Amino acid sequence: MLARIGLEAGDEDFYAGQLSGILEHIDRLQQLDTEDIPPTAQVVEIASRLRDDEPRPSLTQEEALANAPAAVNGMFRVPSIQDET
Amino acid sequence: MTDDLTLLTIKDASRLLRLGSISAADLVTAHVQRIERLDPKVKAYLRFTPELWEKQADEADRKIRQGEAPPLCGIPLAVKDVLCVRGVETTAGSQILKGFKPPYTATAVARLFEAGAVMLGVTNCDEFAMGSSTENSSYFPTRNPWDLDRVPGGSSGGSAAAVAAGMAMIALGTDTGGSIRQPAALCGVVGMKPTYGRVSRYGLIAFASSLDQIGPFARSVDDAAITLSLMSGLDPLDATSSDRAGMEVLNNFGAGVKGMRLGVPREYYDVKGIEPGVKAAIDAALFILRQAGAEIVDVSLPHTDYGLAAYYIIAPAECSSNLARFDGVRYGMSEVDAANITEQYLETRRKGFGAEVRRRVMLGTYALSSGYYDAYYLKAQKVRTLIKRDFDEAFKKCDAIVSATSPTVAFPIGSKTQDPLSMYLCDVLTLGGNLAGLPGISVPCGTSDGLPVGLQVVGPQWGENVVLRVARAYEEASEVQAQVADVV
Repeated sequence: MLARIGLEAGDEDFYAGQLSGILEHIDRLQQLDTEDIPPTAQVVEIASRLRDDEPRPSLTQEEALANAPAAVNGMFRVPSIQDET
Repeated sequence: MTDDLTLLTIKDASRLLRLGSISAADLVTAHVQRIERLDPKVKAYLRFTPELWEKQADEADRKIRQGEAPPLCGIPLAVKDVLCVRGVETTAGSQILKGFKPPYTATAVARLFEAGAVMLGVTNCDEFAMGSSTENSSYFPTRNPWDLDRVPGGSSGGSAAAVAAGMAMIALGTDTGGSIRQPAALCGVVGMKPTYGRVSRYGLIAFASSLDQIGPFARSVDDAAITLSLMSGLDPLDATSSDRAGMEVLNNFGAGVKGMRLGVPREYYDVKGIEPGVKAAIDAALFILRQAGAEIVDVSLPHTDYGLAAYYIIAPAECSSNLARFDGVRYGMSEVDAANITEQYLETRRKGFGAEVRRRVMLGTYALSSGYYDAYYLKAQKVRTLIKRDFDEAFKKCDAIVSATSPTVAFPIGSKTQDPLSMYLCDVLTLGGNLAGLPGISVPCGTSDGLPVGLQVVGPQWGENVVLRVARAYEEASEVQAQVADVV
């Protein structure tokens, strides 16, 4: 599923019940006529700022890997992705 | 007697420090002693930072001796577990980040460190700041210092409780739908959410990026104001941070409310579920503000009833996107030995996320999925426009809006955990401010059945000084001070 969260047996009914209740509340939005209303994605007016394209210090490889659950040869280690079809 | 040092405001503590009557080390010791006595009951803190407080208190004492004390020199600070501090375990109240030590410090925290603050520890919160009671922390619930059987509010419940119990002089929280103001109200302290963009979000573990703001908790309006002014302002590391000067939040804020027009939205005043004791406290506050020279005017926010619905599309949608990064690859908990990468994702996230986070990620993924996007996410963003317009209209008739912060006082632990929607309703008076990007504060305004009630003041965008001015005038006229809770 899209959320990529594993569920245990019984979880599905538990969440389905709760989420239905929340969605029922949310359905009240359909009562409003918003045909001519523009959406708001950003509430304050701030102009986009671009920084100069100059190299800056960043995390070292060691720092970037410091919290890695598994690392090998200076890289993050993950399970095989090849046998997945 | 050192315990008394935990009752001071920044102003008084700074005076004593500069006079040499006390040292920053004394101030830390007094707080640590109080924490040792009270925190086993309150459980506001997740972890303590002795290496930091020793180093920072030494540094503060050195600067005081040299006559170079910055504004928060030696002031004990608590930090919510969603703000990264370099080398200090930061987990967003979640198992999925257990053991994570950030390689950098959040800008808001770094600025308070530069201003001389001394960090005592990391405070508990609802997992990824999702909740209104701190019961969703994957570690343990925090208790309200006024009544240990009740919640402190949330999601910044640990920070609110720490300040309320005299276990920190100031604290940082974050507010996405009310997560600073609501716990401030329930714990009887001052809590402020700034205008969206006022404070850099760099180093904040994101929940809902278009709504999140970092703000202060304190025991007086002055302390909240000075703290906010020092953490505000442009940060090249957050493209949404404003270039307005942080100090402007203090403009004229001691001028009083004489001649100001304060709007009372009828939809907030009579909001469903408001307790009679809360209403009575608000009525008394309105009377005091009128006595102090303010004109109280009737205003309307007609789309209030749709705010919660819009919020519970937008916030989960943004969270489902932000939390996609917790995949067990780069940091935190991981099932690295899973059979394949998909199994790794599923198992890591099943084990790492608690129930509320799962609910919101699922809800958000659903609202953004193809076929439902227009019906849910786009619709909610349009309703967000209507809510913002309601506030724009209201501010044509008044300088600031006043209401209760929370419809109820602190509720018993466990009383809302089975019904997510009842928990969501805790934020019905605060989340409009997040949807519209407005600054808001909660100040203590008396009690109902012995539990604190908060008065909320909301201003137009960038009107922090207006909000602080009303809050300060109320604090002064009412003589209701945030008190240090007498933990039984």
